[in-house]
Amino acid sequence: MEHSPPPFFNRGPAPLVRLAFFASLALALLVLDARFRYTEGLRNVLVLAVYPLQTLATLPAALGERIAGYFASQSQLREENADLRTKLLGTSQVAQRYEAAQAETGQLRRLIGAAERLPLKATPAEILYNGRDPYARKVVIDKGRQNGVSAGSPVVDANGVVGQVTRAHALSSEVTLLTDKEQAIPVQVVRNGLRAVAFGAGSSGMLELRFMAANAEIQNGDKLVTSGIDGTYPPGLPVATVARIERDAAYAFARIVCQPAAGVESGAYVLVLGGNSRRLAYPEETGPEQEKRPGKIRKPRRKDADATQ
Amino acid sequence: MQLSNSPSAQAILLPVRAGTILASLAVALLLNFLPWKNVAPVPDFVALVLTFWCVRQPRLVGLGAGWLLGLLTDVGNGVLLGQHALAYSLLAFAAITLSRRILWFSLWGQALHVAALLAFAQGVSALVRLAAGAEFPGWAIALGPLFGAALWPVVSVLLLLRQRMPTDVDETRAI
Repeated sequence: MEHSPPPFFNRGPAPLVRLAFFASLALALLVLDARFRYTEGLRNVLVLAVYPLQTLATLPAALGERIAGYFASQSQLREENADLRTKLLGTSQVAQRYEAAQAETGQLRRLIGAAERLPLKATPAEILYNGRDPYARKVVIDKGRQNGVSAGSPVVDANGVVGQVTRAHALSSEVTLLTDKEQAIPVQVVRNGLRAVAFGAGSSGMLELRFMAANAEIQNGDKLVTSGIDGTYPPGLPVATVARIERDAAYAFARIVCQPAAGVESGAYVLVLGGNSRRLAYPEETGPEQEKRPGKIRKPRRKDADATQ
Repeated sequence: MQLSNSPSAQAILLPVRAGTILASLAVALLLNFLPWKNVAPVPDFVALVLTFWCVRQPRLVGLGAGWLLGLLTDVGNGVLLGQHALAYSLLAFAAITLSRRILWFSLWGQALHVAALLAFAQGVSALVRLAAGAEFPGWAIALGPLFGAALWPVVSVLLLLRQRMPTDVDETRAI
């Protein structure tokens, strides 16, 4: 007769077996996510599960803001109002001139038969929180696919480009900031039209122009705007100002550090541009005669951005 | 030793309720999702509470719970799927293995063990990220586990509160 232990001694599989099971499951997910990006479906479902907790977590800050707003004194508000009025006056004049210039540009473009630039759709969004991840620079905004945000859209604030939407969930989206190490943006020097690609420099909160020849014509204080070559960022958005240039004869490239124009790491409200940026087909890899252009540099997140389009 | 010397140390705890465990883990997730300005030195509350329940109730909370919590953390923060799942599974395993030993120590002695456990989990997740090509964010991330371990006595007292409540007080009873 066989004896089996009573059921209350039964503790299931041994801890080591369980560890092997869960660890291999986690490792499989890691590989699927990092290499093949097959896990977006699972991620979209789980995001909805944590969404209530995340909105709840932003409540204390929102409440504090409302209480602070209630106690803001009238004189302060009046001062701010006057300040905004003068600023509006200044910008409206610029805007009028811009409108005229845009109309003129449109006519000229039609004349030369170039594609007319379409007006961009802008979705205002609020930054909910920074991702709790010291290894990357990401924020989560409160607009998602339901509001027309799609992966790959550029994100700007009042002063310039902040980053790019890298994942669009149903109700929220993740924005990778320009300063992230894996984020690249094609830029152009306003002064002389020199093209380059700016990469995030990581934790220092700056940008870097890589692969610029040591004798490239660039100087401190140069303004960089988007060149629009990649078809993702519309041309002409302010990106950064050159802050420091180190030219070393030992290296072929100069080390150029730039200060982002937008409040990339601060600020609460952003605009998600998007919808209709005109994306050209990527050119075929033809052969050795094809020159390497800055706008063609591989964007790390492109696979992600294309998946949803 | 006489019972009257340290009544709280001698009291037999009530059985834990599933609601307490679930609520504490949900609150820990909520604390992790709070918009912290600088995330590096902030302790990982989910890891801390998970360690606590793995040490106290290794039969109820274990690797499965850790794995699921890790997955939710990964998705909520938009990091690689499986990074925290792996770290928390290993953390739960280590905590369950050490649970018999840890409970013999005083609260601060336990906190020392917990510091090692939390640092281990942080190290696993750092290893995963560095393998995936991220840059090292600096040694400030080593502060999180230390602050987490410093919170251990507080967490222990708070989470055992529900089990310390007597159903009926009887002064004449031995225990």
